[in-house]
Formats: sequence, structure tokens, C-alpha cells
Amino acid sequence: MEIDLGQAKTTFLAESQELLEEMESSLLILERDPADQNAVNSLFRAAHTIKGSSGVLGIETVEKFTHFVENLLEKMRTGQIKADSGNIELLLQCRDHISRLITLAADEVEGLSGDLLRADNDLSAKLAGCLDERDAAPAVQAEAPEALEGPSSRTDAWHISIRFGRNTLKTGMDPISFIAYLAKLGEVVSITTLFFSMPGPEEMDPEDCYLGFEIDLKSDFDKKAIEDVFDFVRDESTIRILPPYSRMASYVELIKGMPEDSLLLGEILVKGGALTAGELEEALKYQDESQAAKRPLIGEILVEEGSTYPEIINAALEKQKKNQSISAKEAATLRIDAAKLDSLMNLVGELVIAGAGIDQHAARIGDTPLQESASIMLRLVEEIRESAMKVRMVPIGETFNRFRRVVRDISRELGKEIEISISGAETELDKNVIEKISDPLMHLVRNAADHGIETTEARKAAGKRASGTIRLRAGHDAGCIVIEVEDDGRGLDREKIVEKAVARGLVAAGQHLTDAEAFKLVFEPGFSTADEVTKFSGRGVGMDVVRKNIEALRGTIEMESARGKGTTVRVRLPLTMAIIDGFMVGIGQSPYIIPLDMVVECVELSEEDRRAAGKRNYVNLRGEVLPFIRLKEFFNETGEDSKYENIVIVQYAGHKIGLVVDELFGEVQTVIKSLGRVYREVKGISGATILGNGRVALILDVPRLMQTIEKNYFARAG
Amino acid sequence: MSAAEAVSENMQYLTFRLEDEVFALDITQVREVLDFTTVTKVPRTPDFMRGVINLRGSVVPVVDMRLKFCMSRTEQTVNTCIIIVEISLDGEKLVIGALADSVQEVIEIEPGQIEPPPRIGTRLNTEFIKGMGKRDEQFIIILDIDRIFSSDELALANGMREAS
Repeated sequence: MEIDLGQAKTTFLAESQELLEEMESSLLILERDPADQNAVNSLFRAAHTIKGSSGVLGIETVEKFTHFVENLLEKMRTGQIKADSGNIELLLQCRDHISRLITLAADEVEGLSGDLLRADNDLSAKLAGCLDERDAAPAVQAEAPEALEGPSSRTDAWHISIRFGRNTLKTGMDPISFIAYLAKLGEVVSITTLFFSMPGPEEMDPEDCYLGFEIDLKSDFDKKAIEDVFDFVRDESTIRILPPYSRMASYVELIKGMPEDSLLLGEILVKGGALTAGELEEALKYQDESQAAKRPLIGEILVEEGSTYPEIINAALEKQKKNQSISAKEAATLRIDAAKLDSLMNLVGELVIAGAGIDQHAARIGDTPLQESASIMLRLVEEIRESAMKVRMVPIGETFNRFRRVVRDISRELGKEIEISISGAETELDKNVIEKISDPLMHLVRNAADHGIETTEARKAAGKRASGTIRLRAGHDAGCIVIEVEDDGRGLDREKIVEKAVARGLVAAGQHLTDAEAFKLVFEPGFSTADEVTKFSGRGVGMDVVRKNIEALRGTIEMESARGKGTTVRVRLPLTMAIIDGFMVGIGQSPYIIPLDMVVECVELSEEDRRAAGKRNYVNLRGEVLPFIRLKEFFNETGEDSKYENIVIVQYAGHKIGLVVDELFGEVQTVIKSLGRVYREVKGISGATILGNGRVALILDVPRLMQTIEKNYFARAG
Repeated sequence: MSAAEAVSENMQYLTFRLEDEVFALDITQVREVLDFTTVTKVPRTPDFMRGVINLRGSVVPVVDMRLKFCMSRTEQTVNTCIIIVEISLDGEKLVIGALADSVQEVIEIEPGQIEPPPRIGTRLNTEFIKGMGKRDEQFIIILDIDRIFSSDELALANGMREAS
């Protein structure tokens, strides 16, 4: 069996991430509703799958540890252990530990060391403790009914009955190897080979397996370990494993369950030492009394087996169910290499450009049928572009769900009561954007939980509900994605912010600031109003980084706050990073693109203004001072001065400036291309795009231009 | 590093002309040769950086080799073309267009026919020269294209940009 382990491992790493997230969300659901059986099931399933896959891939650390976790979950699933805050906390820690172990395995680190090893031992011990403590009482109860059914055997060996399936040899298994492996678990006391199912020579297929074994094994391993030996043939074969000192009834079950003659089997058991002759007699007598000797059908045996070993039948059912749900999921979703998607997006982008080119030429030639065909094609290309973009879109819900845990941990640590409410989880964003927005959002959520929400006492004192609420909202608004992090905490302290800002020289004392301006100060580097630094936030690094990250995604961030009522942070992001609506202008001989969402209006630069502006660089815009910049001068573009210069007024982060351009062309769909390394540091240009005529146009970097202009403006003004 | 070592097993070179001088590039680094197209100047960059072109959907920077080698600015003629080269810059692959007056031919030069760059007597920085290939008693300057567009050179461009 050759498996490409490298490939399998990559898949495992991706899958395990999802499974770990599933575990986490299930645990958080359980924390709120400990009786939620679905959550327990999905928790168990996730752990089980991680264990299974890591086992196949030979990642021992993960397999071993997850096995312990699974044991506990198994008990929870069968209701022997109830979910409570204690073991949920423990399981959350275990989940984190598994995550660390998997990361370690991904880095090809073998074995554990230092802190991890300590954590591993510590958590394993805790898990074991959890199991022992609760095992005692219910376990006795569970076995009690069985005890009524008859006396128990006095042998100290496990008894294993196995009838290999017909196809065992054909599937490449060799019965002897299982027995050899079994011998590793302990001492094989006796072994009897059965071949009664072998038909006459004319019917016999030499490739079929007709063998069965009755084995007595002295071993310190548990039933699970012995069962696992036969993992590969479990589906095909009939296997019964009886622990030492089993009830007589179990032996009877065993005897009944096997296709061979009861007496013969009994003798084998006696011979092997599992039972004494007396015990056998007793057992058989018991069998006659309790049930008609009619041999049950295989199906019935399985059902009976199910009642005796609920976990086996449950596991089988579980497996079946899971296989079904997996195949259903596989049909619905597809895992695609991100690089392939990127190249598809690139091609579609080029297609858009090429299509626009054809359209232009068609319009120039004036051939009507050609123009019609071109416009149909353009529409189709547009649809392709939209579908291609949708492929990259993923719902933000998963990211939001991750914050539940964060909030939970913080609320524990700080002794606050915090609820989290999520809406708009289905809102879709570009995968790239989601990846990059996750950290800044995390920061905002932490801030809200740490600084925003007050302690329970403070809330009570302020006449608020004892538990604070953090609301995460996502939705669409005018071609943007808006994400809000809202808390109903203490709100921002305006005075304190201004005071700090004055102290740090960010604003002049006595300067009048609007609320929006004051709150914006929070995003200045190194600005923190927290008096004390906690584990989670308050060190003053952060909000400026958050802003930078969001601006790098061409997004914006703003804050609203009411003292004592709470704070809302609103993040606006473009729908996609690859394509924007642009406004094309001509500067000198060259076309430039201004991002349309920043354009407020266009006004003509009148002769009068031009003369007046000769010495200064601002105009009077309806009574407002509007600083502007002549892009032709700024960019050293050549070409005659246009008679009708226009000012394009752009707005960014609440500021307006004017950009003087020579010509206005109008809206264009702009596929953003990077200018590459060579032009990394060019001021005022953020990228390039290719126009319908194949020419490259540059995209203006409005925020950077604005900085430059404001610097010049203030330099001259001051 | 001796010239023979610098010029690896490959013996094929693309020759092109800047003014009257013939230069050669290792053919393995040449991707394709384009006719001259409209170049969009990126403002506030040094003159030798002519701008960017659209190469089937990618934006590729174009360098005026004549300006880079302290000759006069390339004027467009019917023979003017852009040689698309692939260079490695700090381990990264980078595609750059080099503006040339005309492209000549692909020739073979035996490693034995290549002499180390002269210390004096050329107009351009000897660091940019891999070796001097001899052919029909004529010398062809084999360029070290990676060196020409090395990060130092680009940093120089950045410096100029800041100063301007």
C-alpha cells in the first residue's frame, strides 16, 4: 500500500485545523449548554478523526495524546461523565495542546521536549484523573446487570475469538501477522486453529481465507489495545474479545455467536484454559435455560453484540454516518490550491482588459454587428470575473467564532462576565482579506473585552446589566464590507485621550477637537489610555498597527463612543483587493487612475483661481479652504498646460484635498497590478493597471499624496 | 573569479546594438524580444528607468540601456526593441525590459574566446561586464545583466529618487 505521505500530511494539517476549530466551537457550545449531545458528538468525531489520521501518518505524539482525550470524550458521549466547567476547561486546554503538537509535527520535529513535554504529561494526568474519578461509580452500575446473569470465570487471561473474513488474504492481510503482533501485547497462552468453515475440495477457493482462531492471551493492555490489533480486518471478520474474569454469560454469548458447534467451541475454551470443564457445563446449562438453542443469524448476532458492546455498534454507526456526511461535503465543496485560484484571477483580469480593448476597437471601426458581439462578450467576461471572484470569497463567521474563545479566556482571567453576540457571520470576504483582517480584529475584540467592558462590580454600580456584551457584526454597505466591534462598556474617556495627546505633543493645548478627531488620536503610534498594562492589552502598541493593517487592505477604521455607554469600532473594507472602480484622469500626456471611492467631486479650476493660486496652493471651495496640488508639477509630467484644468476633490480619513489634473476621462474598472520591486518606493503611486488600449496607467496613492500635501501646506502656512 | 568561470557552459549569446557598440547577453536570461511599445513613465524616478509596459497583462519595468551606460537617451526608430530579460535579484526572479537600438543575432562564443574585462578603456562601469568576447577580430562586450540590475544599482535609483 503506497500512500503519498507528504500529500496526505498536507491534507491532514489543513483538516486538523478545521477539526480543531470544530472542537473549540463545540466546547464553547457545551459550556453554555452542557446537555447538547450534538456538540459532544461533533467534539468526539473531531478528536477521533484527528487521532485516526495522525495514527495513519505516524505522528505518535498527536495520536497518543488525542487518544487520552478521546477516552474522556467517549465517556461523555455515553453519558458516563457529564460535561461541566471543569472538564470543558481541561478539554479546551487539551485542544490547544493538540494544536501545538500538530504544529510541531508540521515542522517535522520528532518527540517532545521542555514545556511541551511537561504540558503533555500534566494534561494526560489530568485527563486520567478525570476518568478515574468518575469511572468508579457509574462503571459499577453499568456492570451490575451483567453480574446478575451468572457467575464469572476464574481465568486471568483474555479470550479472543476471531473468524477471519473470506477476503482477508485477497486484501493482502496475513492472519499470522496479527497473531504475531498479538504476541507483542502479552503472552499467548493457548491458540487453537479452526477451519470448519472450509468447504469440500471442489468448492474451495485457495485464495479465500477459512481460518478462525481461539486465543487466550495474558496481557496488561486494555481491550482497546487488543481490539486495535485487528483494526484492519475488523470490518470483515468476526472478533470477540473477553476480558479476564468475564461473566459466564459473556462466554455463552461468545459460543452462541460463533458459527461452530457450541460443544466444540466449549471444549476449545476449556482446553485453552479460559474455562474449566465445570464452568462450561454451567454455562451451557445456563444457555439452554435462558434461550432457545436456535442459532441466531449473523445480523441478530451483531444486534446482540451491540447491546453488549454499545460502543462498538455506536462506533460503527458513527463511522457510517461520518462517511456519509464526508461524502456529502465532498460533493458540495472542493479544496483548491490558492495559487491556482490566483492564476485564474490573473487570467480573468487579463481577459477583462482584452475585452475592453476589443470593445474600444469595435467602437472605433463603427461596425455595428462587431460592436454587438463585443458587448455581449464583455458582459460574459464580466460575469466570469464575478464568479471567479466569488470563488475566493469565504464567510467571515469562522473568524468571528474564533473570538468566542478569546473573549471567554479574557473574561475568565479578568473575572468579568462577557457575552459575545455575532451577526452577519455569513458575510463573505476575499480569502486574502480575511486572513489579513483576522489579527487586527482580534486586537479590537481584546481591547473591547479588556478596556471596554467594566468589571461586574463596576457595571452593577453604574446600574448596568452585570454581564457585558460584545457584538460582532458584519455586513455590506455601499460596495464595502463593514465590520463592527461594539461593546457596551465604559466608553472612551475623551478628556483623558486629549490630555494624553497634549502631553505627547500630538495636539496643542486648548485646541478644539471634534469627537471623531479626538477618538482618532487613539490610532496614533504608542498611544494608550490604559493606566495599567494587562496580559491582553494596554501597552500602547496596537491601535496604530491595527490601523496600518487595515489601511494596507485599502480599508478604513473609525470609532464612535459614548461615555458610559460603550464603544463601536467600525472597519470598512473593499470587497476585493484585486479590482477597484477607478476614475481616470489625464495629467500631462499620461493617464492616471484615482480610486473612485475617494473622489468627492470635480470642479473646474477657474482662471481667477488659477491666477490667485499662483502664489499659494489652496482655493476657496464654497467658503472652505481646500489645499491642492498640481500633479503635473509634482510628477514632472511634460505637455502643454491645459486650458481647462480641473480639481478632483478627494477625501480620505476625513480630510479633503484637491488634485489638479489636465483632463477628466471618467470611470473605469481597474485591475490592480503591482509595480514590482523596482518601483517599490515611488511616492504618490500605489500600483498600476492596464487600460483597454493596452497602455499602462498608474494608480494614485491618495493617502500618501495627502500627507505630502498637508506637509507642504502647513510648512508654507506656518 | 576568472572570466572563464563566470561564463558558464552556455556559449550562446544574443547580440544587440547601443549606438555603435555591440553588446551580448547570455541567451538563457533572455525571455523574448518585443517591438517598441508605449512606455508609461513612472514619475519621480531616475531618467534611465523609462517606465513600465504591459507584457500580456503583467506590468514590466523598462530600462533605457543607453542612459544606464551614460550614452544619450534612446530615440525610437523602426529597429528599437525591448529585450525582456529575467534576472535574479536577492534570490527573487525579476522580469525587466531592456531598451536596445537594435537586436542583431544569436551567436556562439567559445569560453576560450572570452577575455576578462579591461580595466580601462570602456565607457561603462567594468563591473557590468562579464567578459569580452572575440569574434572575427571584433570585440563584443558580454554584459552581466544581474549586476546591472543588482539591488545596489536599484538602491542608487532610490537614492536619486529621494534626492529629486
